[in-house]
Amino acid sequence: MYTQALDSLGKDCLPAGSTQGSALEARFQARVDADEKIEPKDWMPDAYRQTLIRQISQHAHSEIVGMLPEGNWITRAPTLRRKAVLIAKVQDEGGHGMYLYSAAETLGISRQQMIEQLLAGTAKYSSIFNYPTLTWADVGAVGWLVDGAAIMNQIPICRCSYGPYARAMVRICREESFHQRQGFEIMLALARGSAEQRQMAQDALNRWWWPSIMMFGPSDTQSKHTAQSMRWKIKRFTNDELRQKFIDITAPQAEFLGLKIPDPQLHRDEGSEHYRFGTIDWSEFQAVLQGNGPCNRERLEARRHAHAEGGWVREAAAAHAEKQRARAAQAA
Amino acid sequence: MSAANAADEMKGQSLNAQLSNDARLRYVLRLGDTSLVLGQRLGEWVGHSPALEEDLGLANLALDLVGQARLLLSYAAEIEGKGRDEDALAFFRDAPQFTNLTLAEQPNGDFAQTLVRQFLLDAWQLEIYEGLASSSDTRLAAIAAKAVKETRYHFRFSSGWLIRLGDGTEESHRRAQNALEGIWRFTDELFVADEVDEQVAAAGIAPRLADLQPRWSAHIDEVLGGATLQRPASIPYPWHGKRGVHTEHLGHMLTEMQHLQRTYPGAQW
Repeated sequence: MYTQALDSLGKDCLPAGSTQGSALEARFQARVDADEKIEPKDWMPDAYRQTLIRQISQHAHSEIVGMLPEGNWITRAPTLRRKAVLIAKVQDEGGHGMYLYSAAETLGISRQQMIEQLLAGTAKYSSIFNYPTLTWADVGAVGWLVDGAAIMNQIPICRCSYGPYARAMVRICREESFHQRQGFEIMLALARGSAEQRQMAQDALNRWWWPSIMMFGPSDTQSKHTAQSMRWKIKRFTNDELRQKFIDITAPQAEFLGLKIPDPQLHRDEGSEHYRFGTIDWSEFQAVLQGNGPCNRERLEARRHAHAEGGWVREAAAAHAEKQRARAAQAA
Repeated sequence: MSAANAADEMKGQSLNAQLSNDARLRYVLRLGDTSLVLGQRLGEWVGHSPALEEDLGLANLALDLVGQARLLLSYAAEIEGKGRDEDALAFFRDAPQFTNLTLAEQPNGDFAQTLVRQFLLDAWQLEIYEGLASSSDTRLAAIAAKAVKETRYHFRFSSGWLIRLGDGTEESHRRAQNALEGIWRFTDELFVADEVDEQVAAAGIAPRLADLQPRWSAHIDEVLGGATLQRPASIPYPWHGKRGVHTEHLGHMLTEMQHLQRTYPGAQW
């Protein structure tokens, strides 16, 4: 009910282009410009609402689908400490999904609707999770690179104009930076280990490097949503700025590990103090985005399977709750 | 007392200490292995549960159980005194050296099977850890004091689900009852004391299993009543997981769990 009501507020109350609408829109933009937070009950342009729903739900789905490649190693973690840390990490990702679904719900969509969109294949999630985790080193690489890139993307969102999203992100970033350190620590143990372990770490870096730097999205010249999102302060930096920042931080870390980033053109430009890097193969990015990556099919299949297999459990919980309500009413 | 008598008595005491130390080691290993094997099973669910909340709940249980296993196996390694540690015990013993309760290693099956297995073991661990709180072994008492808090939550989670499933829909009731019928046969082992259990009880290290059974049984009946489920008739097959004789399932679980350590022996992770 609550979410439905909010939804209609966005769509029906203000005919686009009306004088009243323009005045509200101007006031809205002034608040955003003044760095005020927009809250669920405040008026907001429908496009702002839809942009946030799209972005937050994609983010939530990414957390949930992201549990799969890492969860893949829980039963095989090489020590009990690593097992415990990995379980806690995957659990955190689920928790992030939960806050983010809740943040999106304040915009007029239910978690159920969002999950239906994910399962139907109409909602997107981060393409990075369509790559497989083939060895234990991949768990390290995912923490180090994927969580590292995610943090770079997400720290600016802590200052996003939409209050619930910004607040969810503060907590998420804190946990993600912990995960990133844990991932780096796994890589460090491998890099300092046997020749086989170092090879395992290098192979993981070879496979995860390019997909990780693609996580920042298309180049600024190609990005459809950047300009408007920046005006609304949903986004604070462009894709290319964030990618550059990530590479500048990560390249010396790879050096410290004694691993080689698989980009022959990567070098530090002494003048600008930035790392220059080779051309990104965007055709691969597009292919994975369109569903043709190595694990798109498996990831969605796993989500659909869990949802379908869990149907009777969710029905049981609902039926029991209903019986409890009826019994309480009868007793009263 | 003559010198010879005193010497005999000392020898007797040291033999007793040795016996009870061996029993203590075996007892602590059993507890640690049961937590580890159950935690490993729950870890298989993560990312695949019926709803996000249950994914978080099962992961939480898995995490607690692996944590308990780490404390218990580290302690076992110390008692053993052969330079092994928690990982050596977890990853370099084969199935016959694992001494978990047979119930813990049973496959996850559907959500009902997992929850019934969990419920029966939570109720058991709850009694054990409460009993260990007054153990003469202060290290074990401290581990149990931490574990009992976790186990109370586990029991609330699993018994809550058992009631939801039993009282929910026809399908969930049928699945829960089937699960109960399927794994009830492993519950006798929970309370059949062998010489290890007797020695640790006699030494004041652990509670007497026979004293715990009525309370466990009452707990089980109370929840089954709320869940409208029938307690299966007891089928006393003498399972001996805690003596290292397992079902076929454990070997497969260990193959997966121990794969990295076995493939790269000596590596640090």
